[in-house]
This record gives sequence, structure tokens and C-alpha cells, in this order.
Amino acid sequence: MELALPQLNFMAIMPETVLSVVAMALLLINVLVKGEEKAYLGYLSLAGLVGALFSIPWGAKISGFSDMVLQDNFSAFFTVIFILCAGLTILISDGYFKKEGCNHGELYPLILFATVGMMFMAKATDLMTVFLGLEVLSVALYILAGFNRANTKSNEAGLKYFLLGAFSTGFLLYGMALIYGATGSTKIVKIAAMAAQSSAVMNNPMFLAGMLLMATGFSFKIAAAPFHMWTPDVYEGAPTPITAFMSAGPKAAGFAAFVRVFVIAFPTLMPQWSELLWILAVLTMTTGNIIALSQDNIKRMLAYSSIAHAGYALVGFTAHNASGVSGIMFYLLTYTFMNIGAFAIIILVGKKGEPNNNVQDYAGFGVKHPVLALCMSIFLFSLAGIPPTAGFIGKFYLFAGAVQEGYIWLAIIGVLNSAASVYYYLRVMVFMYMKSPEEEFDWVKLSPAIMLCILIAVAGVLIPGIIPNSVLNLATLSLP
Amino acid sequence: MDFSLSLITFIPLAGVLLLLVMPRNNAMLRGTALCVSLVGFIASISLICEFKPIADYQFVENLPWIAAGSFQMNYHVGIDGISLWLVILTTFIMPIAILSTWTAVEERVKEYMICLLLLEVGMLGAFVSLDLFLFYIFWELMLIPMYFIIGIWGGKNRVYAAVKFFIYTMVGSLLMLIAIMYIYFKAGAGDFDITRFYSIGLDPASQTWLFLAFALAFAIKVPMFPLHTWLPDAHTEAPTAGSVILAAVLLKMGTYGFVRFAMPLFPDATARFTPLIATLAVIGIVYASLVAMVQEDVKKLVAYSSVAHLGFVMIGLFALNQQGIAGGMLQMINHGISTGALFLIVGFIYERRHTRLITDFGGLSKQMPIFATIFMIVTFSSIGLPGTNGFVGEFLVLLGGFESGLRTWTIIASSGVILSAVYMLWMFQRVMFGELTNPKNQVLKDLNAREIVIMAPLIVMIFVMGIYPTPFIDKMNPSIDRLIVQMKQKQVAHVVAPVTAPGRAGIPAGYPELPSGHPAGEAK
Repeated sequence: MELALPQLNFMAIMPETVLSVVAMALLLINVLVKGEEKAYLGYLSLAGLVGALFSIPWGAKISGFSDMVLQDNFSAFFTVIFILCAGLTILISDGYFKKEGCNHGELYPLILFATVGMMFMAKATDLMTVFLGLEVLSVALYILAGFNRANTKSNEAGLKYFLLGAFSTGFLLYGMALIYGATGSTKIVKIAAMAAQSSAVMNNPMFLAGMLLMATGFSFKIAAAPFHMWTPDVYEGAPTPITAFMSAGPKAAGFAAFVRVFVIAFPTLMPQWSELLWILAVLTMTTGNIIALSQDNIKRMLAYSSIAHAGYALVGFTAHNASGVSGIMFYLLTYTFMNIGAFAIIILVGKKGEPNNNVQDYAGFGVKHPVLALCMSIFLFSLAGIPPTAGFIGKFYLFAGAVQEGYIWLAIIGVLNSAASVYYYLRVMVFMYMKSPEEEFDWVKLSPAIMLCILIAVAGVLIPGIIPNSVLNLATLSLP
Repeated sequence: MDFSLSLITFIPLAGVLLLLVMPRNNAMLRGTALCVSLVGFIASISLICEFKPIADYQFVENLPWIAAGSFQMNYHVGIDGISLWLVILTTFIMPIAILSTWTAVEERVKEYMICLLLLEVGMLGAFVSLDLFLFYIFWELMLIPMYFIIGIWGGKNRVYAAVKFFIYTMVGSLLMLIAIMYIYFKAGAGDFDITRFYSIGLDPASQTWLFLAFALAFAIKVPMFPLHTWLPDAHTEAPTAGSVILAAVLLKMGTYGFVRFAMPLFPDATARFTPLIATLAVIGIVYASLVAMVQEDVKKLVAYSSVAHLGFVMIGLFALNQQGIAGGMLQMINHGISTGALFLIVGFIYERRHTRLITDFGGLSKQMPIFATIFMIVTFSSIGLPGTNGFVGEFLVLLGGFESGLRTWTIIASSGVILSAVYMLWMFQRVMFGELTNPKNQVLKDLNAREIVIMAPLIVMIFVMGIYPTPFIDKMNPSIDRLIVQMKQKQVAHVVAPVTAPGRAGIPAGYPELPSGHPAGEAK
């Protein structure tokens, strides 16, 4: 009897390998090197991220580990999003954690491990890989959310995230189990093939129930209403750089897995799940925006706004045509820039022990720091979807995808939501520019790292907003 | 390819970049902004010289911009007789607006000038765009600087006014965006070229919805009754330059949008909605005039008079004949000049007295003779006295309206001419004549040299356009003719049969005739 060895193809997981090795090395270095200064770990992890970025095999379709993972342009595109997200987060972390007095070296390896988890989610072609990627990501995030040990709010965020995250993973896993029960496989291609072949699978209630449970699990992860309850508390309590990270990266990872699994594994159930997504999209956009309208705390406001943004992306997913899906990818990429950029400014405005997270704390910021306020305005305009920013182009593709498929009402609900969202983004600007300053804002000190982060973010919002060709074409070439 | 349009559109942007790197020396910032806007104006003069009186788009530039997925957007700009004068109006008003801020704005001058120039880029871009996507970008781009101009440098209630302005405009334009997407997919693979969209046939049912989406965006901007409520707030709170630009150019975006997009794209729906639009326009004229009459604040009075004047423009445009559209177009320019001038005048007295209440004034003509003369000329222009620009436009509008199916509406609308004389002259009388009782008014200084320089070009234009409007109309006419022919050709299914126009020979006919038995029909 011949024992078939699984085909291991490390090329398929090159970026993940690079990052994992770097992360483990950093853990060791952190233990071995004494001292309070941990910034060098940040630089090393940035180097690791750059290395991972260059190890992405663009254009290749490499399947590895007996079809557990697939390195294609789709996963490559998302890998870029994750690397940018992690890199920008690391740039804003050092200053923040020093200020808060919890400058522990484990921070950087944890961010890298979370990134590895996200990367696996984006390239998963097997439900097991989705689950493993998700767990690697989530466990790291639970720790990161509660990273500020001395702060009860941060503890609360960590625990809450852990409980609800575990709960939602349960849904996902249960769904996967049902799908396996119905089709006998966890490989997404085989699931689709089984469903297409036999009507017994299609008619099996387990199959539909499995799909629904998986949709629920993913909805938790991307914070779609009505599964969004954990988001505001976790985003508010978590250390700000981690909030920035969580609102961009893991959400993109959730979408990557969600899109790939549903488009490839359940084409036969397409009418059902696109109807489901329609409802989810409307609920998510509307809930996020309406609650965001009444928020005074800017971190909570951005948390609800990130729920709304997941709703916009769901509009593109409902259409799941070329414009819609490339719109999702473009949007998630540029959302990373605008959202982390906005959080970078929030970090700068905060003092130790005084996070200054209320809109009122921004009174007169535009007078004292015109350049930073200008950057914040660019991020907010982009979040509101106003040209010439990337946020507009992204929304255009998402909504145009819906219009193309005949979901006119969905697109109309979408734009009305985005008109409502303008109000709360403008509110921040009203305080920054139109109220007289109450503070001197003299504690706002720009470190080179945070400056670089803001610079990259501004470029990442404006350049794809004015000349979006290259990014859009890349997204179009990277469709799953 | 001729790049003069791009040059004119982006000269202010170059100015913005220049201002960004300049030190905060107010005199230098003001001077630079003024120079940039003057350069833009001089450059735009060349457009008039080289513009041929033909219907086609001229100075066209068409370059690929975005081509990704199923979309193709071009940087496609060009002007015809319809947009030419609006471009000129914009570049003409900008230096005046900037000069008017010399002493009015002392805080954050750099940001103010940047906002003004950025606004100019948006306005010019919207007027020259021939690609719907590009138009939308510029259309939205105008919002941001105007929002800050009202919100930062405005009056007491500025935040409310700014946010209201932004949200109102945003809601309308987002629905238009959906309509743009819909037309694009209806038209099949290609770009967002407006001339391509003109030629596609849309069934009347979808035209109705698309027209409503476009019309909402434009009607908010015009503003038409009952969507006008943002305007008095925005005007009253905005600083002088903001009001001037808002009245002179920004409101024209709405009427221009009707002529350039809503009407030729959806001719059937236009015919169908003409009675509704005309009714709203007439209500706007009468209602706004009555409201203007009882205003205690001069600026609010002028703001309401804007609503009434733009009602006239709408009547002219929807008369859908040569005279009506030409009159409407001309009235757009006239309103820009005369209402712009009125806001400047209000600004002058506000700067001196820090009040705009009519009751705080009286007898100013004795103290400020130059001011009184200028104010009187502008008032006459606003009323539409023969010899001033306002007369020509209003006359053509009424003529066009009377000869079209909108006879009844036109008759009611003409009461607005009288009403405007009432509220303007009454206001003028209370502010300028009578006893100079208030001691604060007895020490008022007359206009200084800078203020006279600001007003001079406007006064000149009031008379030039009032006495010899032919060159303006001649350049417009071919494009207006083409617009009318285009709409006739596209009107496939009609509720009522087209008839020949009783007006000028050679005018394409076929605007909707009134149903028989209508009083106006009988009067014919």
C-alpha cells in the first residue's frame, strides 16, 4: 500500500511563512534583550512585513497542502491590505503604548500573528483553513484588545471580544460541520461540485442550514447588523491603535473568506444568500449610520461608522459581479488608509489618562494644528464618500455594481445612508474648524513614525481618489 | 488638442498650491489670490474671442481617465454657447468676490482664499465637463469649500446653515448619482460621454424616474419651491464673498443642470413635468416675492429675491422655445451680476454698521451719494428696468413663456415683475431716503476707491448687457437651437400632439400644447 504524502507547496504560503518566522524570532528577541525601549521590535516587524510584501507571488495560482490553500491574485490583493494595515498600526503603536505605560514587546509579534491569521483566511480554499486562520487571528486579537492591563475598559473589551468571538466561531464551526455532513467535504470546490451533482445535497436541509449558520458566523466577524453588538464596546475599550487595526484588517479578512467561500462553494444557493445579503446590507448600513449619528465619543462613532461601511461592502457583495467585488476590494484597501489615518489623529489628540475621545475635545483643533486637521478632514471626507477621495470611487463601484444587477433600491438605500453619514463626519469638522479652541493642544507631538503613517494614509486616500486606475485594475485582475 | 479650458479650470488650483506654501502674511495672501483669479479671468477672455457662433462643443479635450472593470470615464471637457457665458461669469465674479474680502475677513485668510479658489475650480469644472462622471466629481467638489466658507467665516448661526446646505445638496446629488449609473448601464458599454447619452433612447417610464432624480438634485440647487429653505439660511450666514458666489454662480449650477442634462436627456419626461415645474416656479416667484417684501434683514430680502428670479429662469427654460431658453440663459447671467452686486452692497453697509436690519438705516443717500447711485442702478437692474440687463432677460423669458404652452403660468409669473419692483424699491426707499435720524448713520463714510473698483465692472456689465445684448445672445443661439432640435427628435411617445410654434420662423416646434379647453388655449 502506498501512502500518498500530501503535496506541500511552501510557495503557496510564502508571505505567511516569512511573517511567522519573524514573529517567533521577535518573541525570542524580546525575552533575550533587556530594557524598556521596545521600538526596535516595531522596526524589525516592519522589516518582516516588507519582506512578506515582496514574497507575494503575483500572477501565480499556486495551490498547496492538498488544496487547503490557494495563492492567487485575490489572496495576494488581500495580503497587501493586511500588510498595510499591520504596518500602519505598528507605526502608530509605539508612541501610544509608551504614553499609556504598557509598552510591552509582545505587542508586535501579536500583530504579526494576527496578520498571518488574516492571510490564511484570504487564501483558504478549505473550511478548515478558514477556521484555523480565524482562530490565529482571533486569539491574537483577544489579547491585543485587552493589552492595556491597567485599564478596566481595555480589560472589558478583551473579555467581551473573547466571549462573543468564541460564541460566533461556534456558529461558523457548526455551519461547517453541517456542510460537511451534507456534502462529505470541507473543500469549497468539492462542496460546490457535490451540490451541483446531486439534488439530494441541494434538498438536504442541513446544507441550507449550514450555509445560514456560516453566514451568521461571518456576519459576526465583519460586524454586520444584527450581529454587531460587540463592536462599539470593543472598539471603545481597546487601545486606539488596536481599534484601528481591528476596524480595517480583520474586517477585510472576514470579507475575503466570506466572499470566496460563498461565491465558490455555494453558487447553487446564490438566490438564497444574495437575498439574505440584501437584508443584511440594508440593516447594517442603516443601524450603523443611525446610531453613529448620536455618538459623542469619536471612537464609538467610528465603530458604528465601520459597521455602516461593512454594510456598503455588503451592497457590493449582494451584487457579487465584477464591479461589486472589485469595489469591495478597492474599498477595503482604501478604507484601511482612511480609517487608520483617522485613528492616528485620534491618538495624537489624546493625552495620557485623558483620551480626549469626545467630539467636543476637538474644538479649535483646526486653528491650532491646521495641517493635522486638514488630514483629518481628508480622512473624514473619504469616509463620507465625497470626491475626490478614494472613498467616493469605492462607493461608486459598490453601488454601481448593485445598479448593474438591478438592485436599484439597495443602491438608493445605500446613498441615502451615505448622505445621513455625512452629518456625523461633518460634526467632527464643525468642532475642529468652527468652534473656538479651549485647549492649546500643546501636547500634540508628531513622531516621525506617526507622521509617516499619516502621510501614507493621505496618499492612500487621495491618489486612488484622483487616479484610481492602477488600484482598480489590480482589483479587477484579482477577482476570485 | 487645445488645452485652454483645462488651463482656465486649473489656474485656481495652481493658486491653491501656491497659497498652501506661502507664509501667513495676509496682504500677500490676498494679493496672490486676487492675481490668480485675475489671470484666470484674462485667460477666459480668450475663449470669447475664439468662440465661433456654432452649435458644436468647442475647445474640446477628451482624454482617457479611468478605465477599469466595466467602466470608462474620460476627462472630457468642452463648451458651447450654453456654458460659455457661465464660465465667463464665474471667472468674472471671482476677482470681485476676492477683492470684496479685503477688510471683511481678517481671520484665517489663507484658508479663506484657498476655499475660494478651490470653489472656483469646482464651478468651472462643472460647467465645462462633458462627461457625466467628471461633472459629478466637480459638482460635489464645490460643496466642500462652500461648506467651510459658510461654516467658518459666517454669521452667528453659521454651523446650522452650513450643515443644512451640505446635507440638502448631498441628498439630491446622491440620487442623481444612482440615475447616472442607471443611464450608463442602459447605454451599454462605453464611456460617460454626455453626447453619447443624448442619443440613446430611453422609454418614457424610466425617463420619468431618471428625470425626477436629476431634477431633485438640480431643483435643490436652483432652488425651487419647496426645496429652497436652505438658501435664506446659507445666504444670511455666509460671508459677503460666499453669498456673492453662491448667488452669482452656484445657483446657476441647478438651472444649467436642467438645460445641459435633465432636459436633453429626458425630453419626454421634460414635456410631462413641464406643468409641474412651471407651477413650482410660479409659486416660487410669487411666494418668494411676498416673503421678500416683509423681510427686515436686507440680506434675507435679497436671498428671497434670488428665489423669485430663478423662478423666472425656470419658466424661460421650460418654455422650451428659442426665446424662452435664451431669456432664461441670459437671466442666469443677469441674476449673477445684479444679485452678486446686491450682496456686495449689503456687505458694504454691514461692514460699516454691523447690522443689516432695514430699520437701522434711513437717509443714507445724503451721507453716501456714490453708494446711493450705485445701489440705485443695481436695484433697477434687479427689478428689470429697461436699459438695464434685467429687462432683456425678463422680457425674453416672458415672451418665450407667453408663446409656449405655459401662457397661464407666464401671466401669473409676470406679476413677479411688479412684486420685485415693490419689495426692492420699498427697501431702497427705507434704507436710502428719509431723515438721517440714527446718529450712527450720520458718520458713515461713502464708498472708498477699492469698493468703487469692485462695483465698477458690475455696473458696466449691467448697462452693456441692457443696451446691447446681441453679442451674448448670438453666441448662445446656435446651441439653443440644437438643444431644441435634439429634444424634438428624441420625443418619441407624446401625450399631446406637437404643434408649430407661432414664434420666429425656423424655430423647431413641438413643445407640448395645452389640452384643448384650457383657458390659455382659448386665448390663442
